[in-house]
Amino acid sequence: MRTVQAVAWKEIQIYFSSPTAYIVGLIFLALTGFFFTQDLGNPFPEATLVPFFDGAIIMFILLAPALTMRLLAEESKLGTIELLLTSPVRDWEIIIGKYVASLTFFLALVILSFFYAALLFVFADPDPGPIYAGYLGFILYGAAALSVGLLTSTMSSNQIVSAVVAMGILLAMFFADRAFGSVSGLAGEIIGEMGVRGHFDDFSRGVIDTTNIVYFLSVVVFFLFLSIRTLESRRWR
Amino acid sequence: MQPDMIQAEGLTHYYGPYPAIQDVSFGVRKGEILGFLGPNGAGKTTTMRIITGFMPPTHGKVTLDGYDVVEQSLEARRRVGYLPETVPLYTDMSVNSYLKYMGTLRGMSPKAIKARLGEVIDVCRLGDYRKTQIGKLSKGFRQRVGIAQAIIHEPQVLVLDEPTIGIDPIQVVETRRLIKELGKDQTVVLSTHILPEVSMLCDRVLIINEGKIVAEDTPKNLAAGLQGVDRLEVEVGGPAAEVLPVLKAIRGVNEVAHTNNDGRHTYTIQAESGQDLRDAISQAVISNGWSLRGLQMVGMSLEEIFLRLTTHEEL
Repeated sequence: MRTVQAVAWKEIQIYFSSPTAYIVGLIFLALTGFFFTQDLGNPFPEATLVPFFDGAIIMFILLAPALTMRLLAEESKLGTIELLLTSPVRDWEIIIGKYVASLTFFLALVILSFFYAALLFVFADPDPGPIYAGYLGFILYGAAALSVGLLTSTMSSNQIVSAVVAMGILLAMFFADRAFGSVSGLAGEIIGEMGVRGHFDDFSRGVIDTTNIVYFLSVVVFFLFLSIRTLESRRWR
Repeated sequence: MQPDMIQAEGLTHYYGPYPAIQDVSFGVRKGEILGFLGPNGAGKTTTMRIITGFMPPTHGKVTLDGYDVVEQSLEARRRVGYLPETVPLYTDMSVNSYLKYMGTLRGMSPKAIKARLGEVIDVCRLGDYRKTQIGKLSKGFRQRVGIAQAIIHEPQVLVLDEPTIGIDPIQVVETRRLIKELGKDQTVVLSTHILPEVSMLCDRVLIINEGKIVAEDTPKNLAAGLQGVDRLEVEVGGPAAEVLPVLKAIRGVNEVAHTNNDGRHTYTIQAESGQDLRDAISQAVISNGWSLRGLQMVGMSLEEIFLRLTTHEEL
């Protein structure tokens, strides 16, 4: 456990001292700020965070890989992976440590975005249900997106490759629900169910459905498991 | 007899269809400094990566202190300190925090790290650079940080891949002194292609070429075994044209090479193996009325032995 903590703490320090992470944070807050205020210009604005959540989900297709691409790709590039893998540390401890670090930085961004919700509560009378549920959904989605990025970072020593592949997977997950209409039969059902949108939209409507929670958690577990296996397989290559 | 600290049996490793090492077996006793000597691409790094548990061999097995590096990997890895050839470091960390981090990864408690950190910094002479970012250090200092991280947890086995490459001569001397010091208590395996380094540091040397061990002995024996008494250097005061045939005519002489260095005529005589021709040569010279100015056995240098073992051409 101490090693997980040490790995996580080291990565967290790098996040909070690296320009990449701050650029990601800046883009996230600037753009979500724009999405949030857009609706306020209407004659009858709605006190809702739905535009914020919708924008944030799309942005995280690009931003999550930017946060995770460094995690293991850089270790391979610098060769420090050689020291990591010859230390008495289990592969899962490395992966979980790195994952916890990226999750921590992501949660810091989420906390900063509470500002929008605070504005609504101060100046309007929003329905709190969709806001709480939406945040839960957004956090679950972020956790899933980061696990995808972590996997691709484990696979390559090139950060760009790692990021682009992660974006590809996240895009595919985002648009997967289109399979409902275009792919016939059971295959269409299965692919469609894997889509992010269908599972996320319930949250921003204020519905907390266990199915959706299980969906996101399964994605996290699946990609973390693959990451651990991929790291392990480095030894055999 | 003490059991071997490192025991490697029949190590073979393939990268794709090409074997990097083939059937490499050796043992290293506790407190011994073993040198791997070989040209680039001979399989030194591959062997070290297998010993440290970075990758498993295709065939064969290694035990460290009795623990199999593949089957009981964590136990084995707890006992190893490793400095890879590229000296990988996190360039954006300070020396202090990097060493603390590596200590934690090696399973040390914060208390143990605190107690040990000052010692390691002293041993590696990093005192003035504790707070410096590693990226700003020169190559020589990075090397020291690399060694510091390898010894922080006081491992029983220290594996150093080309520990003196790419640093300036003064630092090379320092690094060697440090390794010699560490070798008193720890089992050290190091690789190099610098020959004098081997004779200076190592108790035993394995010469490895094209993935196979071609020789194994102490640096001294290795030299002695290949040269024995069969090579002599003689300086004779006399006309070279006459001396040369006389020397060649002595029984047991295989070859004579003549060099004229400003009137100093030196002859290098290669005798048939195992024969001591010193008496025969001195008699031959004196009975011809020339003066014998010098006669000595010349050791084949480690360079020559190395070349002889690792190249296919006869020297």
